[in-house]
Amino acid sequence: MSDLRRSMLFVPGFRPGMLQNSSIYGADSIIFDLEDSVAVTEKDAARVLVRNILQELDFSGIEMVVRINPVTDSPFGEEDVAEIAGVRPDAFMLPKADEEGIRVLADMLDEIEQKEGFEQESIKIFALVESTSAVLNLCSIAKASTRLAGIMLGAEDLTAELGIKRTLQGNELLYARSHLAMVCKSAGIDAIDTPFGDVEDREGLEYDASQAKSLGLTGKAAIHPRQVGTINRLFSPSPEEVIYAGKVVAAVREAEKEGKGVLALDGKMVDAPVAARAEKVLKQAKLAGIEV
Amino acid sequence: MRITKSSEAGKQEANDIFIWLEPNEKEEIEIKLESVVKLQFGKQIEKVIRETLAKLGVTSASVTAWDGGALDYAIRARVETAVRRAGEV
Repeated sequence: MSDLRRSMLFVPGFRPGMLQNSSIYGADSIIFDLEDSVAVTEKDAARVLVRNILQELDFSGIEMVVRINPVTDSPFGEEDVAEIAGVRPDAFMLPKADEEGIRVLADMLDEIEQKEGFEQESIKIFALVESTSAVLNLCSIAKASTRLAGIMLGAEDLTAELGIKRTLQGNELLYARSHLAMVCKSAGIDAIDTPFGDVEDREGLEYDASQAKSLGLTGKAAIHPRQVGTINRLFSPSPEEVIYAGKVVAAVREAEKEGKGVLALDGKMVDAPVAARAEKVLKQAKLAGIEV
Repeated sequence: MRITKSSEAGKQEANDIFIWLEPNEKEEIEIKLESVVKLQFGKQIEKVIRETLAKLGVTSASVTAWDGGALDYAIRARVETAVRRAGEV
């Protein structure tokens, strides 16, 4: 598992072929899904399958997340956690998340970690926010548990509730995405964008992911392996950004040696926020395997 | 423990295995296996099925399995699910 979460790839939890091949596409995180992609009659089979694959196959280097069913208004969520927490996935993703659901899940994990002798809070939580009330309560949701590693936007349910259509332009998501980016940045967790539904439309995905990145989101969900490469590229620093960040960091170090507080690079002032941003770009580039 | 009720788990598709459990009059595990890789891995698949049943405490059952090249973890998962569905775990 690395700290990089550019792409989070959803994989249906019932298909062994898809589960066991999911690690080859380059996604930073893989989400084995027990919720929407699994029929009610196969929930039992899927959770046993996901438990076994996590126990027996080596996914080292990839963050392994399991999307469970809701824990407060579904009979399946608690069973999902009880079955799978013992094999220690990196995180659970809670759909239709609200403060109460996150607290219930965190309490269950507290108990299981203590019983199993796992390090406390070693299993993280991702919240999937899919309703207007959840978007409006993002500040509270982000503080609901210190296990929270990130919040993902679920735009299909959200736009359905609003009674509006999703468009290629994405204006209907402007508020939710901006709010999510602000809240997550403030809480020090990742802000993950909703999936792009048309797996055939590469240009649409490119535009959609660029919009999300420009608003401050840190990664994006993928619902098909072919989306992973585009998402990873867009959420990695560009070569130009890496070169400029390298120049900034070098100039700042030189100025520090000379005892200068403020400096200019290529005619632009470099102050503390610019320097901090450059450091972050270089860190992200290193994590993404880009030569710095 | 004897399987007293029929149950099934898994699918007849690539990388998966379909397991059909039935009661067996004899106190033994009887396995009928069809697999795309029976020549190469038939013995190993049967071994995994037997080991999983033994681990779950099942001593009497008739197992029919259609394998599409499932790895061991999937075989174990499908057998366990079928036993649970038979109400034996």
